Formats: sequence, C-alpha cells, structure tokens
Amino acid sequence: MDATINLDAAVRTFLANTEEHLSSYLEACVHCGQCADACHFYQASGDPRHTPAYKLFPIVKAYRRQKWPLSWLGAPKVTAADLQEWEELLFDTCTMCGRCTIICPMGIDIATIVSGARQAFAAAGLGPADLVAAAENARDHGSPLGVTPEKFKDRIEWIADEHEVDIPLDKAKADILLTISSIELMKYPDSVAAMAKLLNHAGVSWTFSTKGYEATNFGYFAGRPEIAKAATKRLVDAAEAIGAKTMVIPECGHAYGVMRWSAANMLGRKLPFQVLHISEFMAQLKREGRLKLKPVAEPITYHDPCQISRRGGCTKEARYLLDGFATDFREMTPTADQNWCCGGGGGVQAIARAAELRYKVFKIKMDQVEATGASTMISSCSNCRLTMDESKAHWKWDKGIGSLVELVADNLIEDAPATGKPTA
Amino acid sequence: MTLLDVARGPALEFAFAVFAIGVAWRLLSVLLLPWATERSAKRPGTPSRAMGAIGLFVRHLWPAGPFRRNALFITLNSYVFHLGLAIVVFGLAQHIVFLQNAFGVSWPSLPSGVVYVVAVITLATLAAALAHRLTSPVLRLLSTFNDYMSWFVTAAPVATGLLAVSHLWAPYETLLAIHILSVALLLAWFPFGKLMHSFLVFLTRSETGAFYSRRGVEI
Ligand code: SF4
Ligand code: SF4
Repeated sequence: MDATINLDAAVRTFLANTEEHLSSYLEACVHCGQCADACHFYQASGDPRHTPAYKLFPIVKAYRRQKWPLSWLGAPKVTAADLQEWEELLFDTCTMCGRCTIICPMGIDIATIVSGARQAFAAAGLGPADLVAAAENARDHGSPLGVTPEKFKDRIEWIADEHEVDIPLDKAKADILLTISSIELMKYPDSVAAMAKLLNHAGVSWTFSTKGYEATNFGYFAGRPEIAKAATKRLVDAAEAIGAKTMVIPECGHAYGVMRWSAANMLGRKLPFQVLHISEFMAQLKREGRLKLKPVAEPITYHDPCQISRRGGCTKEARYLLDGFATDFREMTPTADQNWCCGGGGGVQAIARAAELRYKVFKIKMDQVEATGASTMISSCSNCRLTMDESKAHWKWDKGIGSLVELVADNLIEDAPATGKPTA
Repeated sequence: MTLLDVARGPALEFAFAVFAIGVAWRLLSVLLLPWATERSAKRPGTPSRAMGAIGLFVRHLWPAGPFRRNALFITLNSYVFHLGLAIVVFGLAQHIVFLQNAFGVSWPSLPSGVVYVVAVITLATLAAALAHRLTSPVLRLLSTFNDYMSWFVTAAPVATGLLAVSHLWAPYETLLAIHILSVALLLAWFPFGKLMHSFLVFLTRSETGAFYSRRGVEI
C-alpha cells in the first residue's frame, strides 16, 4: 500500500460524518444509471465512469464494510488503489451541481455525498494539489489567491480611484458587511466597483472589512472542514464586530451556498444576521422601487449558477431583475433549476488537469446559448464567469460573457435618487 | 413431508421471519443514526418540511422535462413492472386465499385469465430491464452481483408461477412447491439487497425534498 495514503483516516472521516440521510442515500441507489444523463461530465465525455452513482463506489464500499448492518456477511475492503482511482472522479468530475438529483428516481442527492466523500479523501492525504494549495492559501493568507489584508486594502483603494466610487473600508459600525471573491478582486474588478456603486446608490450604511472579506471557501471544496470553518468564522466575526444586520455575498455561487446554507451548521449556532446574495439584494431594491434602470435592448441570456439557483434558491431573483430591464431576454433550454453547469463549480475551476474536460463541458453551454440567438450570456457567479471566459478563449467563441451586477450597475439611473425605506 | 409441505410450511415461515426482522433491522440501523441538525435560516415563505418532502416525492414520480425523452423507456418499463407485479401478487384468486389463511384479510380477485396476461407482461418488463442492464455501458459498469441477484429473485416467482399454472413440464404439486420456494427466496433475500429501495425511497425522496424546499427550490 502506498504509505502516503492514509486509508484508515479516510474511512474514519467518512464514517464519522455518516448521518442518517447519508446512509439512506448510500443504501437506496438502485444502480439504474439514469443520473448519467443529467451529469455534464458524462454528457461531455461519454465515459461511463462519469456516471454520478459510480463516483460514490469507494464510499459505498467503506460504508458497507464498517457501518452496514450486513457487514458481517463480509464486505470488500477499500484499497489505496480505489482511493487513487476515484480521486479524479470525486474532485475533477463533480461540480456538486445537484443536477443528477433531479432525475434520480430515489431522489438521492449525490452532491451532498460527494462533499462528505471529499473530506474522507482529504483526510487520506488525497486531493488535487492545486485545489489543496488554494485551500491552504485561504487558511494562511486569508484568500485562495493570496490576497492578504494589506493587498486587499491596496486593491480596494485602487478600484475606488479607478472607478471613482466611494468604497468604505473598516467602518466601526455598519448595517451591511459586503464581501468579495478574490476572483472578482483580481480578474473582474469592475464587479467590485459595481457592487459599491449599487450599495452607495441604495443609501445604506455598509463597509468592507479587512478582518473578513474573502467570501470564497476553498476549504469546503478541498474537503478540509477545519479550513472551511475558519474561513466562515472570519466572515461571521467581522460581521458581528460591526453589528451588521446583513451580509451581502458577491457574485460567487459556492460562497453563497456555504454562508447561506452551511455556515450556521458548521459553527453550530444560528447566524445573527441575514445573508443575501447580491442578486437578492438588487431584487429587494427593485421591489422597493429603488432601482431605476435604463433598458438594455441587446439579446441577453442568463446562466444560472448551480449554487445560486438550483442549490441556492435565487432562481427567480435574477429573472425578476431582468424583467423589463433586458427587453430582449431569452431563456436557454433547459434553464433555471434544470440548467447545465458551467463545468467549473465545486472547485473544479482550480484544478488545472481538469481543463480539457471543462472545455468539453462548456460546449453544452455554447450550443445552448447559440440556440437562443442571444449575443451575450450573463451570470451571477464570477467562478462560472472565469470558467466560461477560459473555455470561450479555448474555443475562440464569439459570444459575450458578462455579469449581472455589472449590467445593472452600468445601466443604473443615478440621478433618480434612491427613495423609500433603506434596506437591511 | 412432501416438497410442497416443506415449501408451504417451514421454508416460507423461515423466509418471512428473515424478511420481517431483516427489513426492520436495516431500517432501524439507518433511522437510529444521528440526524443532522439544521441551523440555517429557512427561506421565508417556503413550505414546511413535510410539504417539501411530499412535493419532491410527487414530482419524482415522473422524470422532469429535459430528461423525459431518455428516461421514458426505463420509467414506463418500471411502472408497468411494479404495477404488474402488484396485480399478480394481490389479484390472483389463489394468492388471495393464501394471504387470507396467513393474515386473515381478503378481497375480491381478478379473473385468472387477466392475471396470467399481466404476469406475462410483467415477465417481459423484467426481461427488458435485464437486457437494458446488460447492454448499456453505464449500467454494466454500475451493476454488481446484488443487482443481478435482486433481479433473479424477483423474476423467479413470476416465471415459476406462470409455469405452475401452465401445468407444463412437471406435476402441478412440484411446480407449486418450486414456485413457493422461489417466493421464500425472494423474501429471504429482500433485506439484503436492492429490493430494500421499496422502503428506502420514502426516506431518500423525503429528505431531499425537505433539503431543497427550505432553500426555495423545487426539483
Ligand atoms: S452533482 Fe453535478 S457534477 Fe456532480 S455528479 Fe451530479 S450532475 Fe455530475
Ligand atoms: S439515478 Fe439515483 S438510483 Fe439511479 S443510479 Fe443514479 S443515484 Fe442510483
């Protein structure tokens, strides 16, 4: 056995997390194979190993051996070779998008099991090196891209100057703590300026904090719960320190998923503030009549980030915002909660060796967009956007890829003062 | 004691005991595990846990839009199979007499001709399911001994039952004994295999339903 793979730790970690729902999921699969059809990786590669249910095999094996009520019948042992083979399947070929759940006749939520399984693999010392490095960077430097608090401050000041927008930093008290994804900070600074512009326009009291700014959570992807928890705690502490009533999550799918749906469970207590994705925040402004926008006539389609829509619940928010604003809005087929993933969620974006597969997956999206005739596809996740921009470059695709928050901010009618009661 | 006596008596009793204890044990071993506590704030205006669970259960009775075309064969085949099996098990006069002796309840039977036709259709759906499993690369990769064994113990009683009523090949008593033994095999295998999905589906669909509905998602 490979001495570097700690098999016992893998099995122990997975079993420690085996709660009731996970066990039912593992036991109920009837091996019908229908989930293959739902998974963009199988769709793109045609490789039966990319069938969602197959990705869980070593985990089922571990479970059978230890916790299964029938283990006394003799169940095969998980081997180091199993773990090595499945490392790629669990990390590179699952974006935890939840699409296979829609078709599974048993209603098994594969994405939940994959997240538990990744923790087991990480405990064994497995996981793609670049993904693990991103997680460790987040732990040691506060951001997967190594954006330390000093760099964050510099960058924010630069964006404020460059875009001539006020960006409050480290205010002692504020109603809203705004957070960022370092993908935006480094690659899409316009998004950061757009959010600042909108919050200023709303007339709310808000701030960034150098104590907690990074919304992405690579510890979660890499199966490192201690890093995931530390990153979550940093943000929660920062929000509590300023007495925030709301934490606004930027255009980042999993950042929203982790903070909105997992943070309280990770920390073992309810959060004392509400968590809003920026699209929810904008929709709220619009509902209150405080968002006047210049209509956009260009044919536009919207890519639903899995963690914002199917697993996040904000599917309607984006449509509500675009309604009457993007006058030639076109839905893809399928769309909304049934949308195809971009191919880079769940940390797959950070795994260099998965690039070829991501490009193939993006073909599905390209065909979808082309069928709508839209010239631009916007999204509300910078991780999707980065994945799509890279794939677009690979295929030399001619359609535009944009961001919802930037589109809104760019067409904001500023002279119409934001009236009505302030949010949050 | 004839073979039929053994089949009807100790074999079936033993198999039923294995079935009942086994199913209870497997369900309890899952249900008694710790349940995760949910602390995140539910999206305002979303349904209760129970309604969320029921909603997903109902929606998953039929494949969702984008998957419908590809899933049509397997879905229809499965429905015809499950319904057919239920009709054969609970509709044949001889089965009802047997169940009445065992459990003291009875109901009107269907004409035996109808039940035989349904049994043939049921067997055909089983054959189709097996052919699908053996020819699809995805299913071949997923399938283990358990899948084939579960198929076999389900198909055997249908096939032997048809054989028994056809009076072909061997005396009726022998064929009936074999039929009953195959039912015993099905019952005894039940808790060990994939057949458990008939109970677990209620758990898994409900939990996924509750999980997504509190987020405001309907899938
Ligand atoms: S969650 Fe998404 S990526 Fe993962 S197996 Fe299911 S469909 Fe494929
Ligand atoms: S669709 Fe569900 S039951 Fe069928 S193989 Fe996939 S996970 Fe298992």
